Amino acid sequence: MFDNVWLIPLLPFIGFLINGLFGKKIKNETVIGGIAAAMVLGSFIVSSMTLINLLSLPSEERLAEVKIFTWITSGTFNADAAFLIDPLSCIMIMVVSGVGFLIHVYSIGYMHGEEGYYRYFSYLNLFTFSMLLLVLGNNLLLMFVGWEGVGLCSYLLIGYYFHKKSACDAGKKAFVMNRIGDFGFLLGIFTLYWYLGSSHNVWTIRFTELANNSHLLPTGGIVTVITLCFFLGATGKSAQIPLYTWLPDAMEGPTPVSALIHAATMVTAGVYMIARMNFLFIRSPETLTVIAVIGACTALFAATIGTAQNDIKRVLAYSTVSQLGYMFLAMGVGAFGAGIFHLMTHAFFKACLFLGSGAVIHSMHGALHHAHSHDDAQDMRNMGGLKSKMPLTFITFLLATIAISGIPGFSGFFSKDEILWQAFSNPHHGSLNYLLWGMGALAAGLTAFYMFRLVFMTFFGECRITPKAKDHLHESPMVIVLPLIVLAGLSVAGGFIGVPKLIGDVIGGIPNYFENFLEPVFKYSAEYMAQHGAHSGVHSHALEWGLMGGSVLIALIGITIAYSLYVANKGIPARFVAAFPGLHRAVYNKWYIDELYDYTIVNPCKAFSQFLWKGFDVIVIDGAVNGVAKTVMGFSGVFRLMQSGLISNYAWSMAFGVVVMLSYFILK
Amino acid sequence: MENLNGYLIVSAILFSIGTIGVLTRKNAIVIFMCIELMLNAVNLTFVALSRYLGNLDGQIFVFFIMTVAAAEAAVGLALIIAFFNNKETIDVDDINLMKW
Repeated sequence: MFDNVWLIPLLPFIGFLINGLFGKKIKNETVIGGIAAAMVLGSFIVSSMTLINLLSLPSEERLAEVKIFTWITSGTFNADAAFLIDPLSCIMIMVVSGVGFLIHVYSIGYMHGEEGYYRYFSYLNLFTFSMLLLVLGNNLLLMFVGWEGVGLCSYLLIGYYFHKKSACDAGKKAFVMNRIGDFGFLLGIFTLYWYLGSSHNVWTIRFTELANNSHLLPTGGIVTVITLCFFLGATGKSAQIPLYTWLPDAMEGPTPVSALIHAATMVTAGVYMIARMNFLFIRSPETLTVIAVIGACTALFAATIGTAQNDIKRVLAYSTVSQLGYMFLAMGVGAFGAGIFHLMTHAFFKACLFLGSGAVIHSMHGALHHAHSHDDAQDMRNMGGLKSKMPLTFITFLLATIAISGIPGFSGFFSKDEILWQAFSNPHHGSLNYLLWGMGALAAGLTAFYMFRLVFMTFFGECRITPKAKDHLHESPMVIVLPLIVLAGLSVAGGFIGVPKLIGDVIGGIPNYFENFLEPVFKYSAEYMAQHGAHSGVHSHALEWGLMGGSVLIALIGITIAYSLYVANKGIPARFVAAFPGLHRAVYNKWYIDELYDYTIVNPCKAFSQFLWKGFDVIVIDGAVNGVAKTVMGFSGVFRLMQSGLISNYAWSMAFGVVVMLSYFILK
Repeated sequence: MENLNGYLIVSAILFSIGTIGVLTRKNAIVIFMCIELMLNAVNLTFVALSRYLGNLDGQIFVFFIMTVAAAEAAVGLALIIAFFNNKETIDVDDINLMKW
C-alpha cells in the first residue's frame, strides 16, 4: 500500500546529487531550477498519494511502517532505515513537500542571475530531503539524521553569500545554537533507551514500540529528565528562549531560504518532535509546564521585539519566533493537535509573507540599483506606497497578514484561537492557565500590531524611495507571483479543515477534520489523561465565545493602533520614541539579549579558550612534546661522541665488555 | 686424554696473544693475522675437547670456522687493498671516516 513511500525523500536527494555534482557543467538556469523543482513536485505527488491511501483506511488502521533496509544492528540495539506513515507524518510531508515545491518555483525567479545558482538549488534539495527524512523516520536515530541534516543545510544556506562576513557569522551562529540543542536531543535519546532497556528490558528507539510501552514509564522523575533533554533540542531547532537568537540573524540568507527553512519547515521540527513523542511528554507535568511557560514567554517576548524593527525580514523573523512560541504553548498545554494545526497554517501564511517580502526586496533592490542608490533595500523606512506598484504582491501579502493576525474566517484565526482556548481550559496547569492565556492573547494583539505596521509602512502612504528609483519599481514575474497566490489562497482557506467544534456546530455542523484525522496519533496521551482522571473542567460555551471574542477584539485593537500610528497620525511614533528613548532603544536592540549572551557566555568561553590555547596547549602540551625531543637530543649529543671511527677504540670497548661480562658470570 | 689442561693452556695463551695484538697493533694486516690467531686458538680448544669427550661435533665446528675464516680473509684482504689504493696506508688510525 505504501510501497513507493521511499521515493518521497529519495527524489530530492537525487536532485541534490544531480545539481551538486553536475550543476556547474549544466549552467542553464532553467534546467537546474527545473530539475530541483520537479524532484520536489515528485515528492509532493507521492506524498499526496500516500495521504489518499491513508485516508482510505479506517482511522484505527492508519499506521504503517515501511522498512527499506536494516541500518544498524548491534546487540540489543536495532535501527532500521524505515519510514513511519501515520496521520502526523502524512501532514508533515504534505506541508514540507507542498510548501517546499512552491518555494522552489519561486526561487527559480528570485535567484535568477545569482552566482552559484546550482549550489543554491542543490542545498535546497538536500534540505528538503533531510526534512522529509526527519518527519518520516520511524525511529529516533533516523529522525536525528534528518535533524542534523536540516541543521547542516541551514548553515549552508544562511551562509550562501559566503563572501559577506555577516552571512558567515550568522551561519556559524545558527550552527552552534543548533548544536547546543542537538546535544540535549542526543542525551534524551540515550537516557530514554537506557532507562527503558535497563529497567524494563525494552531496548528500542522505534516510535511505535516506545508508544506501546509507554505505560511502563513513570510519571515525572526520569521522564522529566528525558523530556527536558528533548525539549532542549526543540528550543535549539525551533528557536525558543533561550536558544532563539540565531533565527533573526538567519535572515542573512536569500529570502526564499528564510521562507523555507526559517518559517515553514525546519523550525517546526521541534514541534513535530514533541507531538511525535506526546506519550512521553504527557507523563511529565513539570516538563509540560516548562514548555508552556517558555512557549508563552517566547510568543510575547519576540512579539515585543517585532514592533520596533525596521528591516522587513527581521520583523517577519521575530514574528516566526513568536508564532513558534504559540506552537510550544499548545504542546505545553497538551493540545498537540492544535499545535500541529497552527504549524500547518503558519507554514502557509508565513511562507506567503516571506516570499511576498522577498518580492518587495527584489523589486526595491532592482530599482535602487538602477538609480545607483545605496539605500537599504530591506529597510521599511525606504518603502511605502508599493500598493499601486505591486498590486498582486500587496493583495497576497495583505491576506496572509490578516491570517496571521487572527481575523475570523482566515486560517490563523482557527489555529491560534484553538491554542488560546486550550491554554485557558487545559487540565495541566491550574491557575497558571489564566496567565498563559493572557500572555498568548497579548502576543496576538502585538502580532496584529506589528504585522499591520509592516503592511502600512511598506504598501501604504507615499513612496519614500528616491524618485529616480521609483519608476523602476514593478511587479515581479509570474514565476514569483504564482506561488504567492497559491499560498495566499491556502492562508485564507486552509483553516477550514480544522474548524473548532464550537464554530463548526454553528455554521452547519462542519466537523474538525484535522483533529479527527490526528486523533489516533495522540491516543496514548489521551488514554493517559483519561486514566489519571484529569478532565478539562466544564466550561460553558458562553465563556469560549467570550474568550474568542476577546482575542479577536485584541487583534482588532492592535490593527487599529497600527493604522492610527502609521497611516492616520504619522507623527506619533516619532514622538513616542522621543518620549521613551530608553525603552525604544532596548526594544530596537532586541532587549540586548545578544549582548547579554556575549557577556555572560560567549566572552567567558572565548577567554577560557584563550587560556587553554596560550596557557595549557602552548605551555603544557607543546612543552611536554618539545621537552621530550630536547632531552633526547641532549643525550644523543653526548653519546654520539662514542662513535669515534677508530677501530682500536671499538676493539678495546668490545674486549672490555667481554671481560666485564665474563667476570660477572665467573664471580657471581 | 690425560693432559687436557695442557691443550687448553696453550690455546688460552694463543688467544691472549691474538687479543693483545688486535688491541695494540696499528697495521691492518697484523690485526688481521691476530684475528686468525684467535680463531685458531678456539679451533684448538674445539679439537681438544672433542677428543676428550669422544664427540665429533667439535671437529665439525672447526671445519666451519676454517671455512668462514678463509672467506673472511678473502674479503678482508680485498678491503685492505682497496683502502691502500686510496690512502697509500693501512694504518687503522687513519681509517676513521665513519664517525660522528
